Amino acid sequence: MSIEVKQIAKTFGSFQALENIDLKIETGELIALLGPSGSGKTTLLRIIAGLENADQGEIFFHGKDVKEEKTKDRNVGFVFQHYALFRHMTVFENIAFGLRVKPKALRPTEEKIRARVKELLRLVQLEWVANRFPSQLSGGQRQRIALARALAVEPKVLLLDEPFGSLDAKVRKELRQWLRRFHDDLHITTLFVTHDQEEALEVADRIVVMNKGKIEQVGTPEQVYHNPANLFVLNFLGSVNLFHGRAEESGAAASEATATPKITKIYVRPHELTVTRQAAGANSLKAQISFINPAGSVVKIDAVTSDGQLVQAEISQEEYKSLRLQRNEHVFLTPKNITYSEYDI
Amino acid sequence: MASRTEHAGVRWTLIGTALTFLGFFIFLPLVMVFMTGLNKGIAVYFQSLNNPDALSAIRLTVITALVAVPLNVVFGIAASWAIAKFNFWGKNFLTTLIDLPLSVSPVISGLIYVLLFGAQGAWGPWLMEHGIKIIFAPPAIILATIFVTFPLVARELIPVMKTLGNEEEEAALTLGANGWQTFLRVTLPNIKWGLLYGVIICNARAMGEFGAVSVVSGHIRGQTNTLPLHIEILYNEYNFTAAFAAASLLALLAVFTLFLKSLVEYQYRAELKAALKMEKSA
Repeated sequence: MSIEVKQIAKTFGSFQALENIDLKIETGELIALLGPSGSGKTTLLRIIAGLENADQGEIFFHGKDVKEEKTKDRNVGFVFQHYALFRHMTVFENIAFGLRVKPKALRPTEEKIRARVKELLRLVQLEWVANRFPSQLSGGQRQRIALARALAVEPKVLLLDEPFGSLDAKVRKELRQWLRRFHDDLHITTLFVTHDQEEALEVADRIVVMNKGKIEQVGTPEQVYHNPANLFVLNFLGSVNLFHGRAEESGAAASEATATPKITKIYVRPHELTVTRQAAGANSLKAQISFINPAGSVVKIDAVTSDGQLVQAEISQEEYKSLRLQRNEHVFLTPKNITYSEYDI
Repeated sequence: MASRTEHAGVRWTLIGTALTFLGFFIFLPLVMVFMTGLNKGIAVYFQSLNNPDALSAIRLTVITALVAVPLNVVFGIAASWAIAKFNFWGKNFLTTLIDLPLSVSPVISGLIYVLLFGAQGAWGPWLMEHGIKIIFAPPAIILATIFVTFPLVARELIPVMKTLGNEEEEAALTLGANGWQTFLRVTLPNIKWGLLYGVIICNARAMGEFGAVSVVSGHIRGQTNTLPLHIEILYNEYNFTAAFAAASLLALLAVFTLFLKSLVEYQYRAELKAALKMEKSA
């Protein structure tokens, strides 16, 4: 089911949580709402679910206006940040809840409920916890049970609020990939809220970057990462180095370049910098290595330029080994590509 | 859990002092109540309970509790829900108001009703014209009891509801439950121990209330006497055996209440522990 949000605004007291939000989500998409805390992403999710009322604007599910519809009639599956499992019910009863509260005419038989719960437990690979209580499960297991419970009523839309927020890094990564595969199998329109850009980049079809109640950019992970619409998106999606320089007609120079210059700010992501011992053209910048972190898939290097600015670079393990870089030695940093530039004049 | 900060002597002195105090001021009087009640034999004991005035007092006490406790359960749930889960104008005022009966002398709680419904009171003449009797009749006793006991359920539930938050209710709504289903299947099971605790305390107070009830009752034998008032009358008539026999009933109620209370507390703590464990590992 497609979702369309038009001109949604919401204030809490004097705090403007959302301002004129327009967003269209196609059927079957997996969308990440990405932003820092207080950016309004959870509020938007809750408004779509009907848990919060917008001050103005419209919401359409598959072209139908649902603004007047109550949460219970919207048929959305919602997974809460802290799961909100019913603590006094077993896992089985938690998942069966949505089926048991259906009006009598629509309620499945006990036999069918049992079959459906079993099927869902199989789907989330937790068949063996049916008779446990939520307090007896680990965080990752609770997360998956919350998802199974939301899916029991066959929602047309799945909304997840910081689904992996309170899990440890390893489980987080596993569940992330699991969610992606899971979505590829079921193709249910899914929105999830996150403040972790890596999570959004890895899982989502499209990312909605939000800040201070507004949408900054909507695009595929590739678009928002490589072509950020503005400085906020650039900064939020990964670390970046700022250089003050002057642009030439043909391109940009990081150092004191020539020709009729325009003063610019140039932003380069750490992995877009090459590290060499000799200057590689006019764009090379001399810097002294202050820190090397070789633990990880890439080697992270901090260097300080002659005017005292800290620059971060990332190079491959192979490059690092062939260069045999040492702390405190002088190197040249050359941008391969400029992620974003800003003209002051 | 032996503490290593105090000397054993200090510890035993403190424990001994506390136990002596308890024994002297609580246990000894309790034993005296039963001994005086039974000092003319078991037959006299039962006889003094099994006479029309005593039975009428017991009946009125039970009826009062049967009306006051359910009403306070409804009020307590409504008030604590409103206070814990919504933000509204005048919330602090409501919270303070709920505590009012606890900070006011019971005599004043009774006098309020005399001033409202009594012959010289605000609504007295109108009520008399229409033949409705409230003061010096069971309705006033019930009203005064409700007033005195209404904070007891609400105060138990407010912290419980605050800790629980809204999420489980919201989850129920997204799963298609209506308001009533959400309350019965999600909220009520979550607050049941707090609620039960409140009911036990509320009931004990409703049955034992003396001051407010005394002001509005009129002390009409066989008609407007509750058990505590009945005891007072017997005592003033130097009928000690009958007075203490009736008092022993209230004492038994107190012991039973304490037993239920610790049972509920025990259950409640176990569940709280499980909930805490859940939050920590989340």
